[in-house]
Amino acid sequence: MTTTLLRPPTIEGAAEAAARFAASARADVHYAVLDGPVGRIVAARTQRGLARLAYEDHNGGLDAILDDLATRLSPRILDSPAKLDDLRRELDEYFEGRREGFDLKIDWTLVGPFTKRVLQATKAIPFGETRSYAQVAAAAGSPRGMRAAGNALGSNPIPIVVPCHRVLRSGGLLGGYTGGVHRKEILLRTEGVLPPA
Amino acid sequence: MIPFQRFLDAHRDAVWRYAVAAVGRQDADDVFQETFIAALRAYPKLRPDSNLRAWVLTIASNKALDHHRARARRPFTPGDVPEVAVHDKELADEALWAEVRALPPKQRAAITLRYAADLDYAAIGDALGCSEEAARRSAHEGLKKLRQEVTA
Repeated sequence: MTTTLLRPPTIEGAAEAAARFAASARADVHYAVLDGPVGRIVAARTQRGLARLAYEDHNGGLDAILDDLATRLSPRILDSPAKLDDLRRELDEYFEGRREGFDLKIDWTLVGPFTKRVLQATKAIPFGETRSYAQVAAAAGSPRGMRAAGNALGSNPIPIVVPCHRVLRSGGLLGGYTGGVHRKEILLRTEGVLPPA
Repeated sequence: MIPFQRFLDAHRDAVWRYAVAAVGRQDADDVFQETFIAALRAYPKLRPDSNLRAWVLTIASNKALDHHRARARRPFTPGDVPEVAVHDKELADEALWAEVRALPPKQRAAITLRYAADLDYAAIGDALGCSEEAARRSAHEGLKKLRQEVTA
């Protein structure tokens, strides 16, 4: 017998074992890649709640998004699709026109105190309504005005669920959006603010 | 520090191969799951320049050792390995690994880390808490014994 006869076992079963592990282990961050009318979204949650919804193409792709979460939240990150089933269901209902608000808890860890105030004011804008940047700045009690509020909205880590698409520039202009203006249009059409395409 | 999911993707095949060789297909999943649970727990404290492959296989070899200790309380002899037809490659491999499992712990671990997980002897030495030379020696002694068993 030579050592070359001592062959490594096959990897058959390895992928399934890894998936079982990721589904059942308790990590600090669980993520899933969701697909829908606004394209692919990387969703990440912690024990506290939903921390991130990232448009994959506007954030450098999955690896860059996970690297960022590893740095800013924790490297203990696992791909656990079932742990985001509730979000997936709520998003499906939203895009089908059967849901006007999201029930998921939010983890605000990724934002500073000022941005958090602006985003909380944004979250209070009802489905199908819009506000101007100045109105949101005022609602956040911001002494720094609408430019700072605009920056805060631009750094929204949880678009859609925190509906920064409901904040428009004055004079009927749409303004910018973290996932591209075409996505802002899709979301505003979903809510009946813009007429169907 | 890389996200744990990427670490899992990069090393799952090596850990799986190691686990199957070390404890058999039947119990491989237990060792696999325990290994990554322990790795996940310790992960944030890991030094960034660590050899991740060697680190996770060190954990796996400890889990396999626990498994063997638990097994040792039940009767097992190398004779339990069924005779297999030589043409059935996979069964023949499995029977050979079963012979490896019957070797003394150091020899068993060194051979399995080398030939199932493809770790080099320096890393095997680290995993087993001995020198590179001692790891190499353990593997050679084990292989010699294995050769005697197989040809006997």
